[in-house]
This record gives sequence, structure tokens and C-alpha cells, in this order.
Amino acid sequence: MKRVLLLVMTVLITGSVARAQFSEVIKRSEVHGSFEFDGAYYMADEGVGITDSMINGRNFAFNGFGKITYTLGKFSAGLRYEAYLPPLAGFDPRIEGQGFPNLWAMYTSERFSFTVGNFYEQFGNGLTLRTYEEWMLGYDNSLNGARVTFEPVKGLLLKGVYGMQRFYWTPYTKNSRGIVKGFDAEMDFNQVIKGMSDSKVRLVLGGSFVSKYQADQDPLYKLPRNVGNMAGRMTLGVGRFNLSTEYAYKINDPSAINNIIYKAGEGFLVSATYSAKGFGLYAMFKRYDNMSYKSNRAVTANGLDINFLPPNTETHTYMLTSMYPYNTQPNGEIGFQFQLNYKVPKKSKLGGKYGMGIAVNYSQVNDIVRDPVNVPGTDTTAIDLPGTDGWTSPFFKFGKRIFWQDFNIEIDKKFSKKFKGTLTYMYQTYDIATLEGHTGAPVVYSNIGVLEMTYKFTSKQALRWELQGLWTDRDKGDWAALLVEYTVSPHWFVSFSDQYNYGNPDEVKRINYYTGSFGYTHRTTRIAITYGRQREGIVCVGGVCRAVPASSGFYVTISSSF
Amino acid sequence: MKRMIVLTVILFLGVTIYAQETSERKKLPSVNIKTLDGQTFNTQNIYNDGKPILVSFWALWCKPCKKEMDAYNENYEDWQDETGVKIYAVSIDDARSTAKVLPFVSGKDWEMEVLLDPNGDFKRAMNVNMIPHTFLLDGNGNVVYQHTSYYEGLEEELYELVKKVAAGEDISKH
Repeated sequence: MKRVLLLVMTVLITGSVARAQFSEVIKRSEVHGSFEFDGAYYMADEGVGITDSMINGRNFAFNGFGKITYTLGKFSAGLRYEAYLPPLAGFDPRIEGQGFPNLWAMYTSERFSFTVGNFYEQFGNGLTLRTYEEWMLGYDNSLNGARVTFEPVKGLLLKGVYGMQRFYWTPYTKNSRGIVKGFDAEMDFNQVIKGMSDSKVRLVLGGSFVSKYQADQDPLYKLPRNVGNMAGRMTLGVGRFNLSTEYAYKINDPSAINNIIYKAGEGFLVSATYSAKGFGLYAMFKRYDNMSYKSNRAVTANGLDINFLPPNTETHTYMLTSMYPYNTQPNGEIGFQFQLNYKVPKKSKLGGKYGMGIAVNYSQVNDIVRDPVNVPGTDTTAIDLPGTDGWTSPFFKFGKRIFWQDFNIEIDKKFSKKFKGTLTYMYQTYDIATLEGHTGAPVVYSNIGVLEMTYKFTSKQALRWELQGLWTDRDKGDWAALLVEYTVSPHWFVSFSDQYNYGNPDEVKRINYYTGSFGYTHRTTRIAITYGRQREGIVCVGGVCRAVPASSGFYVTISSSF
Repeated sequence: MKRMIVLTVILFLGVTIYAQETSERKKLPSVNIKTLDGQTFNTQNIYNDGKPILVSFWALWCKPCKKEMDAYNENYEDWQDETGVKIYAVSIDDARSTAKVLPFVSGKDWEMEVLLDPNGDFKRAMNVNMIPHTFLLDGNGNVVYQHTSYYEGLEEELYELVKKVAAGEDISKH
């Protein structure tokens, strides 16, 4: 580690020295980068049940990264430094440490690119491969190896990848995890086929094949060392209609996630949209059956996923609408979603001077149906027993268990130059036993309402407030929330928020989670300081979640890029 | 020892930032992203014939981003008449909601050109940490200004800069 740091320092310092002599080279090269520092000072707080012994001396914690990219013509290279000393509460403890987990170099020309080191890539919707990073989750499954992209004909893009995925700070030694190889091809018919360049029909076809290799060291089962996952996809557009679909098939992949069954996996997504001026319609259907695909079959939690299974639910961002978020169930789920976006025209009776926006959304996810299969060597049948083929599942059938239902409607209207507001209503069914692992807990049914208003005092000063309520007689009961934010463009904000669990069946737990924040932004640099209590919750991005424990204290975020 | 390394790196980056502030010249990197139809679009094709360009990163789940876009949309016609500015709105929504971007944009009747960056490739290449993050490019395709966060009324100040850029002024001292 010290050697790498020394090398980096030498290169950068030599760069500045060389500046004087190789001015021509320097003029053409560029250095850019960014960094972020998220720190916390945790304090004991009897009201939330946090004692000094629980903090155990680890009052200070921070997650930080700094990245630099160097570009010279067709060549670029970069590195990223990360430190979690120790990580903030709610992040996987294996992330503690510091170092350079991301180093890469790339050559790009018009039709060809070659990358070595750590890289991110997505094939189609991600059902076969998606390596990405999400700082809020502490998620980074980058591939460390090599990638080639090649465009033999304009409109036909080929990609090949090879490597091992990042797993916290584990070095890339042999057998530390599986090896991933993948290939993707995508053809844009409107570019490739001369006759179609002006066509009203837009067509893109793609296919991918990914394979992972992991040695079999299991004493009991004979595990497949090479597991392939392949997918085909299509996007078709005709006039105002668009259709997008992808189907993935994964061969037998017994793992800790699927309880060591030899069943194949299937993933299917299809969405259709209709767009007109001021009007948009969206419908989608999705089904996953045993689609977890990790480069180490023994890993559970959020590590080493090779693919990405998009959920079909709406992302909610208000304090109370995001209290019970959805996380994807890779072993099996089937669902659909509808959305309507409409802008009531300006100058109409309902629309008023500026028009009014209406958005209606409904999504539902059920478990799949599982039928028993034969247990080898016996006369019996079973579902989900290790060493068997798991189950069979009729493709379009919805299982009885509903994981999630979400009906929401959002209306936004600008009343005058100074005054605008948004009103939201949501009805939610949340199977907390499945989605959060609270075994035996009853399903949470809740009604949620949010009223958000913004008033502009001057062209640069505004006051925004939110009033929210969540009403349920399950889990923690009713909540009320308030947020007030005062902003002075372009630099300042100050805000106060409170979430009050006034309806908790246990009187002692009727807690106020209050916070106060203020921040300053200048160009790309932003500093924000928050003091108060964070309620226990779940942070989710794209259906991948991490649990956040309750905490109390000071929080600082500093972020910048250049 | 660890804290020393961290502090050194932060210090170094801090110095580099201030060094860079005086010379913001940067052309857009070459990254393959997508159009709303799912067709590949290379960022080198972001072009406005010598007139200013705004590239703004947003997502369906980012409320301040949508407010910023609404503010730009309200003024877009006037801005275009006066300066010829072109706005590219790059959505970083991942596969969960990429297909929802088109009907949402239609339902809002947004006039700017919307692009899709589902795996964050363009976002990473542009060193965007938090969204909203907006870049202003001059007639030669150089990034001359960028900011993160959106507060009510920010678009007015941004437009002052767009006008200056359209007139050929150097705004690097701003």
C-alpha cells in the first residue's frame, strides 16, 4: 500500500516537474477528479435507546473517497482512493479500511476501446451483467481485469469482459472468488441497414452471454464449476409506441442464496410506453425465478453480484413514503407496474395559468408459484430442498403471497409566480416479513399523505415545507413528519425536519426524530452539516438495500469535483 | 499513520482543486450512452453549432433535479430565442426506471433533449458525485462552468452566464 501511494505521488510530482519541460504534452493533457467526505460524530441518546457502551469509543466515523482521472488524447487512466475509518453506521463492517480499490487505464479510438484494471459495464438491463458502484449503499462490484469494445460496422457494438470482481478489500488471489467472462453484441438496425435509416420503425436487438468459473470445494455436493447466464433483448419503437423486452436464462447455479438447488434460473422484463405531448403511459411486467448470480456461491448479502435484477416498483423519496421500500427477491418474484403522466394544459379550468401535473402509479409484486419436484433417491417430492431441482413454476402464474402493492397519485400545480405545491397520496401493502426478514410479522397496510409547498419571497429566496402523515395499525403505527427548508440561491440552505412516531403501540417508543441542517454550495463544492437523530430505516437504490440503524449526533458531508 | 495518509490525500486534492479552478477548459469525454429510443449515442455528438450548451444530470427520483428541469423548460423558448442555447438532460436512472423516462418526459412536455445513462458511465467520466449537476459549455465545446445543487431562482443566475457565453465572453473568472 505504501508503495502504491509513493508511486502515485512520484508520478504526480514528476508530472508537475515535467510541466516546465514538456509544456506541449501538458497543454494537451487534462487532470480531473472529485472527492466526497461523509463523516459522523455519534453521541449517546437515551431517547432513542443509544448508550455510550453501544458506541464503544467509536464516536468518529467516516466514509471518504477521492478520484483522479488523467487524459491525454486517446489515452486515459485513473485511480480512486477510499477510506472508511471506521465506516459509518449501517455499512458492511468488511468495508473498514483504506486503500486504492480502483485503478484503471484505457485507450479509446473511434471504433475500438481497450481497458485494463477496474471497470464498470452493463449488458442490456443487467440481467446477465452489471458492474456498478453506488456510494450511498457502499456497493462496488467492479470487474478487475480487461475489457474490449469494438464497432466493426457503425451501429453494431461488440463487447468482451474478463476478470474478478471487487469484494471489499480482499486481494485478487486465485480462488478468492470466481472468474467472470462475458460477451455482448448490440445491433441498431436503423444504422446498420441502409434502407432503415429513415424508417419510422426503430429497432435495436442485443444478446449477451456471461460465464463464471469457480472451483468446486464442496465435500457433499457436486457443484458446477462453470455457470452460464445468457440473455436476448429487443427495443422496438413505432411512432408514439415503444416496446422493450429482455429474457435471461441461467443454467444450474446452486448457491447459499438459493439453498443449493440445481434449478435453472429465468428472468423476464417487458415494458411498453405510449408518448404524446403532455401525456405518457407506461406498463411493465417482470418475473424472476432463481436469478441470483454471484461470483462466489457462498456469499450472501450484497457482495459479488454479477447481474442486476431491476425491481418494478416506484422509487419514493419523501421521508414517510420511503419508510417501507422494496427490495428485489432474486429467488422468485412476479409483478407489474402502470404509470400515467399527464399535464393538464395551461389556461384550462383545472390547469389554471401554468397548467397542472398529474401522475398516477400502481405496482404490485407477488411471490411466484412453486410446485414440488422429485427428491433424488427417494419416492417423495419437495420444494426448495438442497441438492434437488428446487421447484417448477408455471411462468405467468402469480403466487398467493403479495410482497408489495403501491398505489400513488401525485398532483403538482403552480399557483402564481411565487407559490407552487405538490400533493401526494399513497396506499401501500408491505410484506415486512419477506422484505425485511421480520419472520412472522404481519403485512403492513398503510395510507400515506404528503403536502409540499414552496413560496418564493424574492427571485433568490424561497421557503419550502412538507407536511406528511403515515397511518397504519401494524408495525410501528402512525407517523407524522414535518420539513421546513429555507434557501438562498445560489449558495445557502438551512432546514429543519422532524419525524414523530406518535402512534407507536409502545408509548416509550413514541420518539421524535428531529434534525437541523445547513449547507453552503459554491460551483461544484458542497458542504452540509446536520445535527440530530436519524431514525432506523433502509436505504435502497435500484432494489438493493442496506439497513441503517438509529443514530444521533453530528453529520458532515463535503463533496467537490474539478 | 492511516489518518496521516488520509489527510495528505485530502490536502493534495484540495490544492489540485484550486489549481484547476483557474483553468476549466475541458472537452466532453467520449462515452456511449443512449437516446430515449434505446439507440446508442456518443457524447462527442453533443453539439450546438457554436452556440452554448447546457448538460444537466438528473433522475426520476431526484426532486431538486426535476425542479431544475421544470425551471429550464419554462424559460427554454425565451432562452433559445435570445442565445440559441441547447439543453441536454441526461438521466442517470438505472434499469429499474429507464423505460419510465420517456413517458414521464412526454407527460411533463419537456422540450429539451433527453439522454439515458443507465450505468452512470457518463456521470462517472464527468466526475458527478451528487445530482443535480449542470455543466455549461461554450461554442467550442469546452466546459466553462458547472454547479451542483439546485435552489429556487438558480436558473436566473445560470442564464446570465449563458448570455455571456453566447456573446463570446470569458467567464472563467466568475
